[in-house]
Amino acid sequence: MAAIFQGVGAAATLSSSPSNSFVPKKFLTSPRRSFCVPSSVVVRSDGSVNFDLNSKSRRAQQLVANAVATKADSSAASSSSNPGHELLLFEALREGLEEEMERDPCVCVMGEDVGHYGGSYKVTKDLAKKFGDLRVLDTPIAENSFTGMGIGAAMTGLRPVVEGMNMGFLLLAFNQISNNCGMLHYTSGGQFTIPIVIRGPGGVGRQLGAEHSQRLESYFQSIPGIQMVACSTPYNAKGLMKAAIRSENPVILFEHVLLYNLKERIPDEDYICNLEEAEMVRPGEHVTILTYSRMRYHVMQAAKTLVNKGYDPEVIDIRSLKPFDLYTIGNSVKKTHRVLIVEECMRTGGIGASLTAAITENFNDYLDAPIMCLSSQDVPTPYAGTLEEWTVVQPAQIVTAVEQLCQ
Amino acid sequence: MALSRFASSSRSGSLLKPLSSAISLRRPISTDTTPITLETSVPFTAHQCEAPSRTVQTTANELLTFFRDMALMRRMEIAADSLYKAKLIRGFCHLYDGQEAVAVGMEAALTKKDCIITAYRDHCTFMARGGTLLEVFAELMGRQAGCSRGKGGSMHFYKKDSNFYGGHGIVGAQVPLGCGLAFAQKYSKDEAVTFALYGDGAANQGQLFEALNISALWDLPAILVCENNHYGMGTAEWRAAKSPAYYKRGDYAPGLKVDGMDVLAVKQACTFAKEHALKNGPIILEMDTYRYHGHSMSDPGSTYRTRDEITGVRQERDPIERIRKLILSHDLATEKELKDIEKEVRKEVDDAIAQAKENPVPESSELFTNVYAKGLGVESFGADRKEVRATLP
Repeated sequence: MAAIFQGVGAAATLSSSPSNSFVPKKFLTSPRRSFCVPSSVVVRSDGSVNFDLNSKSRRAQQLVANAVATKADSSAASSSSNPGHELLLFEALREGLEEEMERDPCVCVMGEDVGHYGGSYKVTKDLAKKFGDLRVLDTPIAENSFTGMGIGAAMTGLRPVVEGMNMGFLLLAFNQISNNCGMLHYTSGGQFTIPIVIRGPGGVGRQLGAEHSQRLESYFQSIPGIQMVACSTPYNAKGLMKAAIRSENPVILFEHVLLYNLKERIPDEDYICNLEEAEMVRPGEHVTILTYSRMRYHVMQAAKTLVNKGYDPEVIDIRSLKPFDLYTIGNSVKKTHRVLIVEECMRTGGIGASLTAAITENFNDYLDAPIMCLSSQDVPTPYAGTLEEWTVVQPAQIVTAVEQLCQ
Repeated sequence: MALSRFASSSRSGSLLKPLSSAISLRRPISTDTTPITLETSVPFTAHQCEAPSRTVQTTANELLTFFRDMALMRRMEIAADSLYKAKLIRGFCHLYDGQEAVAVGMEAALTKKDCIITAYRDHCTFMARGGTLLEVFAELMGRQAGCSRGKGGSMHFYKKDSNFYGGHGIVGAQVPLGCGLAFAQKYSKDEAVTFALYGDGAANQGQLFEALNISALWDLPAILVCENNHYGMGTAEWRAAKSPAYYKRGDYAPGLKVDGMDVLAVKQACTFAKEHALKNGPIILEMDTYRYHGHSMSDPGSTYRTRDEITGVRQERDPIERIRKLILSHDLATEKELKDIEKEVRKEVDDAIAQAKENPVPESSELFTNVYAKGLGVESFGADRKEVRATLP
């Protein structure tokens, strides 16, 4: 049985970093593995409240916050005696970035307004003051060229973290990301590695309009040679950021505009999340729900309703969008025999479409029902709040889908 | 006899005028390092900076090395032409013959710590950086001994140990990469520079100006070199650029226009540019050069320009002929010796081709290697892995 681990894996990449003269800090595998002790970690809601499924977005936000707090409480109970510290997701990203910049002088950040302004979502706040203008670089609005420059710098051994102020702007750098970032390791016969991290917020926000609500993971997923991960909690945000920086491969880290203010208690110790591993959010028996990023919270909200109705969904946050963690997913499918994918990508050509194909190819024999995939509508995201709500998958739809699947 | 041939040549416009001839006796192939002072054929034109002097210092040894290197490159490209027609080289093949002076002159001004990055017309630049003929031909024919293990092809030659960063297929995309290399050099305080080469066709790409802007803001030691062969595939420069004065298009960045068919002028300009970039940030060099072949092997090269034009340039400005005349006029070698060098070079190329033909094609497992750099002991086979293995390092 393959070992699933969170942490140690980056050691291989540590030794190959050329100018890393630091002794790597000892990092512990975090005890917060929510799937290892089934009896204590199942999140069951208090049960009595029947949520209004047509709730306005503001109510949904409150519910999201509840879901996180509940999870943190239960895992705090099962973690070690060290209490950890509480922070918001953007602070967790910053902490991860800062720790890596301290640890390795080759790590630098480039992006629009990351330096003096502190980052448009405050992920790089105060880093320029601490590390200087040569390590936290304010670029002009020229995504194509500064992404290319980051890739060129990475070819020599630097480890740049390129920030797209919004993931959608990285469409302007698509050529650099696809042809240079993804392919140079291959076309040079292995001579160059590109240890770059490209990160930024994406996804549907609060009435930001069509061009600022894009889901780039569906466009980048075919590029060979890159890895894609999506963070969803402060814990995995910090862990994935650190793993991505330490990885020798180009990694695209997808954050979500609406998740930056999530609060969670994370360990004080140094830890890393495995880039290729999915996270078991809630073990269950009846149906496997695969999700990532913001939709995880819609799923957990729906899970409360489902539990009330007597269903036992298993919720997995796939985290690794490329490559998929088919080990965790496969084991889950073998157990539950029913799969529901809930994603924010559009119906056509999204992560859900690829995941459906991958599961069908590999685990067809284990499925009792066709895979259901709930995705966003194939439309540009409208501005009007009500329309925007109906563009993305809502908890009510998830509940209906599970009921249909489990008939 | 060498002198009389020199005197009877009436096309003297492009000949180098010797100011002083240090050698009066004819000697066999000279490895002399006594300096010879010459003047470049045309003066440099400068934009926002002081042009370097027309007077260049060289030695007999250097001139003969130039001759040999350029002859080798010329022979290599012509051989590649035949191999392509014999269908041993497939896909795209962009030949550099005519432009050898740029590669050779640039290399003479640099060290291996300086980085060079160029586009797809990279065979000769790769050779200048220390590549071997076998690596070139094996890569062109898709064999294991190729510099990129047969997986890159003509447009993806790289040589990491000599800081040659390729080898890029998409027009203009290598310039931001080049500015990134310069950024890394500045970050690591290398005291070295990066030469980012592009063509007159790529000069109209927006990303160039973006990268130049950032390089100028951050004071990066980046030198942007426009190899202006006057045609962007089939489109002449006057049809593609409103302002074909590429050395001026940096606006705030200084520029220099250089006769790219004169290897000594190229060397002088590159030396000047290196000094300038280390102190003052980016500079643009425009190399006025010419390619005899079409854009690539699929382009005859004669539909958008006349054959007379091509032969005219070949007669008047050919870089190898210039050096040959220079060597002969200074009595650094005899006609026969130069011919012998060419024969030697031809044999080298033929041997390398024979060796490359023997070389095996890559193993099928090579399809999946080098997609990702190894980490965590996991092998990757695409988005959905048939087999998931996680082994601790």
